[in-house]
Amino acid sequence: MSKEGSTAPSTPAPPKPAPAKAPAAKATMPRRSFISWMTLAWTAFTASMLAAATATTRFMFPNVLFEPPPTFKAGYPNEIQVGQVDERFKQKNAVWLVRTAFDEWAKAAGIYALSTVCTHLGCTPNWLEAEQKFKCPCHGSGYYKSGVNFEGPTPRPLERFAISFADDGQILVDKSRKFQQEKGEWVNPAAFLKL
Amino acid sequence: MANFTDRVKEAFKALSPDKVGEYIQESQIYRSIFRVGVPDSDRKRLLVMLGSVFLHLHPVKVRKSGIRMRYTWCMGGITFFLFLVLTFTGLLLMFYYRPTLEYAYVDIRDLREQVPLGIMREIHRWGAHAMVIAVWLHMYRVFMTGSYKPPREFNWNVGVILLVLTLLLSFTGYLLPWDQLAIWAITVGSNMARATPFAGNEGPGAALLKLGDIPLVNNASDARFALLGGRFVGEAALLRFYVLHCVGLPLVAGFLMAIHFWRIRRDGGISGPL
Repeated sequence: MSKEGSTAPSTPAPPKPAPAKAPAAKATMPRRSFISWMTLAWTAFTASMLAAATATTRFMFPNVLFEPPPTFKAGYPNEIQVGQVDERFKQKNAVWLVRTAFDEWAKAAGIYALSTVCTHLGCTPNWLEAEQKFKCPCHGSGYYKSGVNFEGPTPRPLERFAISFADDGQILVDKSRKFQQEKGEWVNPAAFLKL
Repeated sequence: MANFTDRVKEAFKALSPDKVGEYIQESQIYRSIFRVGVPDSDRKRLLVMLGSVFLHLHPVKVRKSGIRMRYTWCMGGITFFLFLVLTFTGLLLMFYYRPTLEYAYVDIRDLREQVPLGIMREIHRWGAHAMVIAVWLHMYRVFMTGSYKPPREFNWNVGVILLVLTLLLSFTGYLLPWDQLAIWAITVGSNMARATPFAGNEGPGAALLKLGDIPLVNNASDARFALLGGRFVGEAALLRFYVLHCVGLPLVAGFLMAIHFWRIRRDGGISGPL
């Protein structure tokens, strides 16, 4: 710290000559245009901030997902026996295909696609062939083969997905359309593949 | 020879600790770091507190009751200490852990079995449990002593956010071992985000946000998706949780902690018994 620096605050600086007033007066902006410029500036600033926030949020949602597509072909109907719970698509697509001789809601024989996501808290139940039920290992929820719940903490049945024939005769499952029994949606023709 | 040894001894005797200390304290290096010098008066002590980036967050004076264990339980201090422990051990773990489906699980196992001082991960894990407990006890103490009342109501709110951040740090760290417990715990936990009002695809109001027949908030555009980076707990979720756990959340928590400590000072120090 220099000597001058340390003594400066105690001795007031000599008054500076007042700045020339003429140029300042010339540069004065009329109030009206000042307000309109400020409005424009703040609007532009707010808009740019909103655009940046939107773009940043959008960044968190990728355009390409490395996940199985929601719609998939699941082989031919005759690959599944009547009364069988087909577990081929459980691991990859999280779907059981069940072929039944008679479905209570469709009033017909055929195949339905059952979601493997437990409606309690989202774990994956196991199909127990000996006991003819789906049993969730997380909290013990149990479902009949139809998907209707009968034990454990789960509040509602498993969901069914839209199922139809593809052009080549294969089963086509569309997971983007789901049907909930408690909403009376299982009677929808799209929820069941009549055979 | 004996003469020389004596002279060295004499020289060392002349170098009394006082003189060495004086020499160091008058050196330019020391004075450039510690501007105030030895804080041997109240004024200097005050200047030390004001001049330090770390100390200025702390109250200049603490009430006698403020350092009584039976009043504060020291739970805030213990929480901060645990945060530092977790930051340090977590940094060390990052040298070995890779957040991918292929390596995550085996890296955690190897951290215990192959890396020297395999207890490092356990310290991190138990420290995390302890921090959650300490944060709750701190909140309980603050509540029971009425320390949330004005003028400290703002700091209470900062504290509540810090509590949520602590729980989120626990939650995100839970997934990283990538075992069955982790995957299903996060599956269950992240399902709650589905019920976010307007932003979760099963939340209230989400059904109203439609463009013609197409729902705008679906399972690939809702809050849960933003959290997991996918429709289910997969590799993208592991990476997102890793980044949040190691960088995002600690950074926010660090900022808020600075504010939290600073506000204790601004709001009149640690509250005293009424």
